This record gives sequence, structure tokens and C-alpha cells, in this order.
Amino acid sequence: MMKKRPVMTKKIKISINGMTVEVKEGITILDAARSVGVIIPTLCYHKDLCIAGNCRVCVVEVAGQKRLAAACATPCEEEMEIFTNSLNVLHSRKEIIELLLSEHNADCTSCFKNGNCELQKLASDYKILKQDFIRLVPFKKYSIDKYSPSIIKDDSKCIRCQRCVRTCSELQGINALTVAYKGDQMKITTFFEKPINDVVCSTCGQCINHCPTGALVERNYIEKVWDAISDSTKHVIVQTAPAVRVGLGEELGFGHGERVTGKMVTALKRLGFDAVMDTDFTADLTIMEEGTELLTRLKRALVDHDPEVKLPMATSCSPGWIKYMEHIFPEFLEHLSTCKSPQQMFGALAKTYYAKARNLNPEKIVSVSIMPCTAKKFEASRPEMHASGYRDVDYVLTTRELAIMIKQAGIDFMKLEDSHFDRIMGESTGAAVIFGATGGVMEAALRTVYELVTGREVPFKNLNITPVRGIEGVREATVRIENPLTEWAFLDGVELKCAVAHGLVNAKKVMDSIKSGESDYHFVEIMACPGGCLGGGGQPIPTNPEIRRKRSEAIYAEDAGMPIRKSHQNPEIIKIYNDFLDHPLSEKSHHLLHTHYTERERF
Amino acid sequence: MNPVSELIKNLADQNGRNRHSLLPILQGVVEQEKYLSEYSMIEIARELDLPASEVFGTATFYSFLEYKKMGKYIIRVCKTITCSMKGKNQILLAIEDMLKIDVGETTPDGVFSLLQTNCLGFCHKAPAMLVNNEVYTDMTPEKVRDILSSYLKKQKEGGSHDN
Amino acid sequence: MTISYQLKRADFIFKNQNDWEEVLSKSISRTPQELINELISSELKGRGGAGFPTGLKWKLTAEISDSTKYVICNADEGEPGTFKDREILSMVPFKVLTGMAVCGYVIGAKEGYIYLRGEYFFLLPELNKIIREFEYYCKEIKFDFTIRIFMGSGAYICGEETALFESMEGKRGEPRNKPPYPSNYGYMGKPTVINNVETLAHTYTIFKYGAKRFYDLGVQYSRGSKLFSVSGDTPKPGIYELELGMSLADFVEEFGDGDTKAVQVGGASGFLVPRKRFNETAIGFQGKLVGISLPTGGSMMLFNSSRSMFNVLDNYLEFFREESCGQCTPCRVGCQQLLKGIKAVKRGEKNTKYLDKLLRLTETMKLTAKCGLGQSVANSFSSIVENFREEMIY
Repeated sequence: MMKKRPVMTKKIKISINGMTVEVKEGITILDAARSVGVIIPTLCYHKDLCIAGNCRVCVVEVAGQKRLAAACATPCEEEMEIFTNSLNVLHSRKEIIELLLSEHNADCTSCFKNGNCELQKLASDYKILKQDFIRLVPFKKYSIDKYSPSIIKDDSKCIRCQRCVRTCSELQGINALTVAYKGDQMKITTFFEKPINDVVCSTCGQCINHCPTGALVERNYIEKVWDAISDSTKHVIVQTAPAVRVGLGEELGFGHGERVTGKMVTALKRLGFDAVMDTDFTADLTIMEEGTELLTRLKRALVDHDPEVKLPMATSCSPGWIKYMEHIFPEFLEHLSTCKSPQQMFGALAKTYYAKARNLNPEKIVSVSIMPCTAKKFEASRPEMHASGYRDVDYVLTTRELAIMIKQAGIDFMKLEDSHFDRIMGESTGAAVIFGATGGVMEAALRTVYELVTGREVPFKNLNITPVRGIEGVREATVRIENPLTEWAFLDGVELKCAVAHGLVNAKKVMDSIKSGESDYHFVEIMACPGGCLGGGGQPIPTNPEIRRKRSEAIYAEDAGMPIRKSHQNPEIIKIYNDFLDHPLSEKSHHLLHTHYTERERF
Repeated sequence: MNPVSELIKNLADQNGRNRHSLLPILQGVVEQEKYLSEYSMIEIARELDLPASEVFGTATFYSFLEYKKMGKYIIRVCKTITCSMKGKNQILLAIEDMLKIDVGETTPDGVFSLLQTNCLGFCHKAPAMLVNNEVYTDMTPEKVRDILSSYLKKQKEGGSHDN
Repeated sequence: MTISYQLKRADFIFKNQNDWEEVLSKSISRTPQELINELISSELKGRGGAGFPTGLKWKLTAEISDSTKYVICNADEGEPGTFKDREILSMVPFKVLTGMAVCGYVIGAKEGYIYLRGEYFFLLPELNKIIREFEYYCKEIKFDFTIRIFMGSGAYICGEETALFESMEGKRGEPRNKPPYPSNYGYMGKPTVINNVETLAHTYTIFKYGAKRFYDLGVQYSRGSKLFSVSGDTPKPGIYELELGMSLADFVEEFGDGDTKAVQVGGASGFLVPRKRFNETAIGFQGKLVGISLPTGGSMMLFNSSRSMFNVLDNYLEFFREESCGQCTPCRVGCQQLLKGIKAVKRGEKNTKYLDKLLRLTETMKLTAKCGLGQSVANSFSSIVENFREEMIY
């Protein structure tokens, strides 16, 4: 595994397919070729990850060298003559694809990634019309791991590019997956080949996003949801996460990061859901509960000097982050907010508050959610998530699965008109929609908490708290509380220290600094996935920094365009407290909207 | 403390707790315990602050780092070309016949395990085999029976024929 | 064309090592540049198989400016049919240690390692004793150089230089991308000279006697002597030091059993030479000589007419299938395809034309595999299938 080499600023002259071009010294052949419009096919290469150079698909010919060079791993040198399409290259590349296919379960029509598989695309581009090599799949003892509620791992489709291993290691720092054995036994697996559900896997699904084939896919519940919708005795409600509305379009003909909120609601109604409501509503609710919880902890720390109180408090809406904490930092579980995630709050309220308001038998309600996330499938299946008396969320669909359903239903998505979410859990604010981006929960919380405490809006132009926005792995912000309302006098002069991290490898950095006592944060937001939920394990594939940036822009644009931008001003939120919950952290809230966590093994 | 944990702690004290200390520590555990159990790998991971999967992935790469329970004496018969030409299969048959196990198996009393291995570097005295770390060359079926008998004898006498 | 270089014995390697202290202290009193020049004019090439000019390797590493560098002795001898390094380490280890120390002096490294294959564990106690003696002398002459042994654990691929570094760093022995090369980025990312055991023993000879004594042996492009590990159907199995450049016919004359059908030169990664080509093949590095290069260390395995070349090839492919690190597609899948392929042809399940497809596959492996293992499978495969096609088919 090669770290990306620093690119020198000196320019050198090389030639690619006879075209002379000036490039920066040290740039890889792959990048140099791209700069002159020559696309060299790759498999193990990914923009998010370090260079591997093991699939050998990107080999090119370099004049004067006996062997072909891997374009992704070879730096350009002065006067290099590169040929990306010589006969040697074409022949070799074709043969390598044939080799991969011989080791691969190439039964495409029954594969979940049919139509979106990089190996399939290569085989098609290079017209591999015959397969003379011996099929190796029957000789291997391949297994399919279906035990996890979120991820299905099928070894027979693995091309051993190691993208998933590098993702789990570099991007997420979890290392649930590893390369084991050698020779023809070499495979990608877990500690002692245990089911991924039994090891430290956070179920974040980043491996799925980075897998080029169908070796790693989400556990899909499409059939179950169709069954529920078609069952006339069932009342099927659906909630949609903030990040879905800026990603869904990519699967249905739109460009990267286009906002398709209205069309998404229309499509869901057409699919046959009885009520289409918004996770953003419970995102606002989460801010109310979590904000109050933070203030309670601060009071216990600063006024009561309670030694038991745990600060910093960490957000708890990312189930991948939760599972990660449970495995790796079980001694810090009390730092997590006890708030459920918006998905689970919604689920609990759907079969209680909503059912009551609509006069429905909660037993007949099927609660479905559309999430940019695979860990949400795991979260919904957690044993304690039945506060309503039933399973709070029955089925979780990823953005990708929803797109599949829309296509199956023959809906011409691009031509749809916009619709609005249904009452009484469909109203939301700009603060809620930014939950989909890293820093969003922090920003939403600050908008409400600051105003609650001081009676004034946050001192940032247009409520845009830019210090917590951005893509750096760990970001910090300090908000000074001055002249608070009398009730909050103890916070006068307090500098609220906040940190935001995305990608679990950065979460570890934050946790390590808390563990060592180096940092003195009060409030920490952690999102398991790079970019936050908009880069989640259930979002459209492919993913890369550019695509995530566009989705992020869409989210903040959506926020800027909302009439109400602070959670506590959401009229449906005010209503639910008046009619049902009474006040944040009430007994009812505690029962329905708060949860506890489980210590897990280190491996 | 559990003896394995103790062993691992001592090995880490000797070799360090860096990533590049991993292989000597794995070797040290195999030397004593004859294999790396799940427990020992978890302990090594904890001691070196490494993910358990990395320890597993690294250990399984190396043929001599066993991760399945092994007998006290691990027999490794060379199967590369010269040893094969000079009668390795007869040696194997003799062992299989004597110990009543196949390649890859361990005797029920946990004394011997039988494996094949690649070129040991004694091709001019083929066939060759290892018993733990001892090399035996110019093997014949009779010789191998004698050698294994001597191990059995030492085992019964409670002596350690190790190394 | 008949080459009639005679089989010439040489006697440098195993000769007396007792003057190592003198050789060491005399060498480090010369300038590094002098020593490099000496090596370059000797035209010593790596004896592990790759044949890279040793002087050049030391020069390139010396030129990198970095305060931390390493010298590593590659004792992961695992090529089938090779057993000379074990002998060197048993008989004349001080020569190897001296070579390492002088290298350290030349390139500016204070630490040396010997990567010793796990199968040679029995050498440890004696080697450790010898290293202690060596380090004691170094301290006496105020020469800052320590040597440690790193044990392997049963992985042939760790003999590949970058895989060796990975193994020493506590990881799987998977070869790295090159560039960067070890002289820039080796063990722990530092400039490293990695040399085979025998190569280091030859540097001792060169520093003791001067480049000319070494250069005078052998032939153009293949100077000096080499240890050959001889085994198989031969009345004289063992290790022999011979001058490079001899014709294979003379070799077989000396070492064959009268019925030699073929000789495998260079182990499983090398070439099989059939009887009809003995006369036109010389053993040396590629150059003006008609002949084949001397890959992987001088292993010479003789097969007489009772041997099945199919079994031989099958054995090699089994070896590669197991020992491949599995990282890159052409090697991992290629080796499996080749092994299954020849079995299928032999059983009549595939047409003999399939052998041609497999030959083309080995060409692809030669061009695209990430390291020497995958790249070399073509050598034995093509030389055996092309010369003994009749033994491959049903």
C-alpha cells in the first residue's frame, strides 16, 4: 500500500500516445493521462483511498521498459513515453479481465449490482465474449455472510481489490475487514472469519460504497416493503432522511447533488405509502431534547459540581458511531447523549402519537424509513428499539433501494411535480435538513441552545455558523455565552467548546484526545461517514470528494431556502410538546425518545 | 494472570509494542503454545493496540504461524520437486501408517501433527522433513519410524524434545 | 553453436574466514568511494537471482541523504533446489557480517539485519553467538554497527525485497509498488541496501583480494564465481563454487548421471533446458553470450529420462499457487489457471490447443504481474511446455 506521494512543482515533458504534454513531476501516469483526456480503466484505484496497484487493470506500456507499468502507481518521469492502448496493453488488459471473471461468480442477472458493477462494465467495454479459462468458483468454498441486518458479504463476487479493507482501515479506522491467508487461499474476511455482525463492524456501509462489484451490498427490504404497501389492512408510513433528498436524484437521471425533495415526496405517494412524512421533523425534535440534555449536563457540571456528570456530551444520531463506541470506547458510553436518532424517535412516535392522532391501531402501522445509511438498518433492529410497544421502525431502505422501487413502479421521476410532506410529522426547519452534512447537528443545536439561553440569535450572519462547516476531518468552534437570560446566569462568560468530526478515523482522534485529557470540549458531533450522512453507506454509488461537496452545497442551499431555520420554531414541534410530550426530557420523552447502549467486544 | 497473557506481556516487554514487533511476538507464542488461539490474538491486539483483524490477517499469511490447534510435535514433510522425486510420498505413507492420521491432521493424543511444506533447503539430501525446528534429511520409511518413535519415547518419559 | 567454456572450479567462498577482523578494519579505513569503485570494477552482480550490479546498488543508496539507513542480508533462501546460503551461514558467517558492516560504512547505515527464513531456525544459536563476537570487535575498533536477526515464518515471497521489508515491519509479506526502489525507500521507508547472503560473501573476497581477482574469473558480463546447489538425478549432489560462463553441456558432463534428460536452472522460477540445448546454453547473466540468464541463485536440478516433465511442472505450479502472496490478479488467478489447465489437458478434458492459450497467459503474467514471482512463472512454464509438449498431453 502506497501513501499518495507529494507531487513536485517542477514541470516535466512526457508523451502519451504520441501527444507531448507538460505535467507536474511525480504525478501518476493515471492522473497525467486524465489531464489530456485519456481515461485509463481501473479497479483497485479509488480517489478516497491510498494507492494499491494490485488489480493490474490499469497497466500501460512505457517505452524502454520490459514490463507494463501500473498507471495508478507509477510516477511520471522526464521524457517518459507512454502508450495506453498498444497491442500489448489491450491484450494484457483483456486477459486480466478474463482472469478476474474466471474467479468471479459472473451470474449477473441475479446480482444486486447488475447494471452498476465496475467489473461488468469492463467486461462490456472490452467485449469479453468468450470465457475460455476454467471456472474457479466451483472449486472454492465460498460463503455468503447474510447475518448482518445491514450488509451482505458474498465472497464469490470478490475480486480482491482490497478497496473495502482500505476503506474500513483508512477512512473509518475500524479494521473490521482484513486480507487473510495467501496464494489461491487469499481472501477478504474478518477476525477468524466470523460473521461481520459479530465483530467490530460499525455497519456504516462505507465498504459497500467502495466495492466495485456485488461482493458487498446492503441487505435489502424492497420485497417486504412492497408486501406491506399492497396489504390493504396495513397503514404504511414512510419517513425520509435529510441527505436522501440531495442524493436520490443521482440514481434517477439528475446530476450530482441536485435537490429533489418535492419530487421525492410525490414519488413516495405514488408508490402507495399511506403517509409520507419527514425525518427532518424528528431532527428538530432531537435538537429540542438534546439541547435540553446538554444544558442539563452543563448545569450539573457548573452549578452542582456533580462529579458523575460526563462532559463532553457526544451526539448519538449516527448508529455507526454508536456501535463503534460500544466496541472501542465502551468506557465512554455515558458521554453519549441518551437521545435516540431522529429515525428512531420518529418510529417511536409513529405508533403512539401519530396513531393516536389519526385514530389508528398501532398494530396495523408499518413504519418504513428511507435512509442514506446502512447502519440505520442495524439500528432499527436493536432489541431495545420497541418503545412504542411494537418494533419502532419496521424496515429501512437505502436511497439506492428507493430508487430501485421507483424504477420498478415505472415512475418517470424527472417529470414529477413537487408535493409536500403530510401532517403531523412532516414539518421541518433549515436546522433539521443540515443534519445531513457534517457539522449540521452541531449548527442546528447551537442555533437553538444559544437562543434558548440568551434570548438572541446566534451571532453569525444569516445563522450560518461557518466554523463548524467544511470538510476537514476534525473542526473546532468556540461560542461565548454573554448576557444570558436569568435562568441561565451560570453560563455567563462560559466559552462553549465544540468539536465536529466525520469519518470514524477522525472520531478516534477526538476520542483519543478526550481520553488523554488533552481536550476540554463540552459538546462533540460525530458522524461515522465521510462528509456526514450525505456520504453515507446507503447513498448512490460512486462516491468521491467532488460528489460529496456538491451534495453538501445542496443541503446548505436547502437550509437557506427554508422559511423557518431554527428547530424550536417548528410549529409541529411546538404542537407535539403541547399535545403529547409536555416538555423536553419529560417522562414520556424519556420513555419514547431516549435510549441506552451496550458494551461490546474489542474484536 | 492467564499464562498466555503473561507470555504475551513478556514478549511485548522484550520485543516492543510497535507494529514491527508483531512478528517476533506471534512467533514467540507459537513457539510455546504451538498455535495462535483466538484468545491469544485478541490479547496480542490489545497489548500492541492493534485491530484484532490485522493480527489475524498478518498471522494467517505465514505458513508457520498456525492458528488451529496443533500437536506437540509438528511434522513438516517437504513436498517440492527434488524431495518428491526422492520418495517423499513413501515417507508420508509411512508416517500416515504409523500415526494413523492424514496430512493436515493431529493425533487424538495431541502428540503429532502432520503437514507438508515447501523446499527446506536440503535438496542434496532429499527427502527432508522438519519436526518442530529440527531438520531430518536422507529420510527413508525406516528412519522416519525410528525418529518418530524416539519422540514418542521422550514424550512418555515427560522429557522435552523441543526445538 | 557450441560453447566450450570449461567447467572451472573456484575456491573463494568457503576458504578461510579467520582474517575477518583484518578485512573489516582495513576496509573501513578506506574511503566509501574507493570501496564502491572496487565493487563496481569487480562487476559483481547480485547472487540471489536478480543480478543487479552490487556496486551500483551501494552507490545509489550511499548517495541518498538520510541519517537513518539500513543494511539487510536476505537469507530467506526458499527457491526450490537452492541451499547454498544455509551453507555459507553455517561455515563462513563472519564473511557475511563483514560484508554487511562494510556496506553500512559505505552507505552510512548503523544497523544491519539478517532476515533468516523460519525453516533455518536451527542456525540461530550459533549465529547469535557469532554476532555477539562480531559486535564485540566492532565496539573495540569503535565502529558503530549492530546486527540483529529477524526470523521469517514460512513464506517464500518474503525473499522478494519489498515483501521482505513489509514482513520486517510486522505486516503481510506483500510486495510493494516499485518505484520507489529500496535505495530510496526500503525498510521503514528508509534507504536500504538489501543483498543476498552469497553476494555479501563475495564482497568479502573482493575487499580482501581486490576486484581483479574476482573479475578474472568468469566471462564478459558474468564475472566472478558462483555457488551452485546441485541436486536431483546426480551422483554428486551438493554445493560447488564454479566460475560463471560454463556451458551446460560441461556441467552435465560433470554432474549428470549419464542419462540427463533436462536441467532446471534457477529453481522453479528458472528455465528448464532440454538435452538438445545443453551445448548451446551457457550459465551466466544475459549478455553477448548465447544462453540464458542465471535467475534465482544457482539452483541446478537434474532430471533423467525416468522423470515425467508433467510432474515437474505440476510441482512448480503447486508451489507458486501456494506461495504467491495473492495480491495481484495475473499471479493469483494466473497460477491457478495454469495449474488447473495443465491438469485438464493431461486428463484430456481440454484440447492440446489450450496449452497455447496458457502460454499466452504466461506472457501476460510476465508483463503485468506486480513482482518477480508472477513474472517468472513464465520461465519454467514455457520452457517445459515448449520442449516437452508431448508429455503434457493425454
